[in-house]
Amino acid sequence: MDFKKIFRMNDKLYVGLAGLATDVQTLDQLLRFRMGLYELREEREMSPQVFTNMLSNLLYEKRFGPYFAEPIIAGLDENEKPYLATMDLIGAISKTKDFVVAGTAEGNMYGMCETLWKPDMDEEELFETIAQALLASVDRDALSGWGGVVHIITKKGVITRELKGRQD
Amino acid sequence: MGDSAYSFSLTTFSRTGKLLQIEYALNAVANGRTALGIAAVDGVVIATDKKFASPLVEGEEVRKVEKITEGSGFVYAGVGPDYRVLVRKARKSAQSYYCEYHETKPVTQLVKSTASVMQEYTQSGGVRPFGVSLLVAGMDGDGVPRLFQVDPSGAYFGWKATAIGKNYVNAKNFLEKRYQDDMELEDAIHTALLTLREGFEGEMNGHNIEVGVVSKSDGKFRLLTPEQIQDYLDEAN
Repeated sequence: MDFKKIFRMNDKLYVGLAGLATDVQTLDQLLRFRMGLYELREEREMSPQVFTNMLSNLLYEKRFGPYFAEPIIAGLDENEKPYLATMDLIGAISKTKDFVVAGTAEGNMYGMCETLWKPDMDEEELFETIAQALLASVDRDALSGWGGVVHIITKKGVITRELKGRQD
Repeated sequence: MGDSAYSFSLTTFSRTGKLLQIEYALNAVANGRTALGIAAVDGVVIATDKKFASPLVEGEEVRKVEKITEGSGFVYAGVGPDYRVLVRKARKSAQSYYCEYHETKPVTQLVKSTASVMQEYTQSGGVRPFGVSLLVAGMDGDGVPRLFQVDPSGAYFGWKATAIGKNYVNAKNFLEKRYQDDMELEDAIHTALLTLREGFEGEMNGHNIEVGVVSKSDGKFRLLTPEQIQDYLDEAN
């Protein structure tokens, strides 16, 4: 089934949510709600760092009855530097500068990313790397697949491409 | 409590459309010790008179300029105990903000939330408005020095320089003459002390005034020690 799990928060901030479908959609709504209030109140965009902490907080509020979702936060910070972070379902943050993965094909994706990733890739290399890592990983995972979608967040804008994968 | 005979708001409109309780609160402010602030290009200074009714008062423990976040602080004119309530609430809201976003609460947000508290006390049952006006000095991540005034009604204003409390009209006139757009922090501190001295009864020294400063160099709010204040006063002479 075609199911959206990457959500645009603003031009330079995207969040991916892997997990229980209903919680994925609820989290997207809650994040948009909290971010909307923040942006109206403070008359400025939310930075990826602040967004990560807000989301972590949101998840930890439900520490003993958590949303079943693992988020990935990707974007450009106020200095246009790449920002990557992830957290578990109760909001324990981990920030990396190479790659983050989440979901049922997590193990496969770690393997693919560890072999394909190299520092200082440009947009096209990045696209090729992430597309190959994703497709190869989901092909060996029973619970995910049916193609994929890639968003490359750049200073100039976001490039979105849909990947065609095995439909079985 | 909710439905007692006094659960209605004391601040009710008079027939002429005025809220007398708020005007009385402003009178309490106008009778309070003078406080003033100046925003310079590279920082902000806030200062206040700290004279006591009797020379026997132990004054070293009395604090009128209070730090709220790393980069901002308050000073007031009016009813002292009311001020402490606002300081406590502001600090708590700043800490909650930090907890949620892991970023220091911006001065503008601090002003808005404090003003909301003060507004609430003009409309709620069983309470009276705060008998204080605040001056909020601070600097955010963007490095822009900011100075705000918050009144008992919950109205707030941004200023380049202003004064509240006793003699505030004279002090503001003095500031209008002395203020310059390209003023640096050191000049601003001197001007603040000169302005304070205009309405000061007796000799100013490091112990009977208080000065708080935010500097662009590190973006931190700090209280000047009596010794530092004395040095500035000696320079001014």
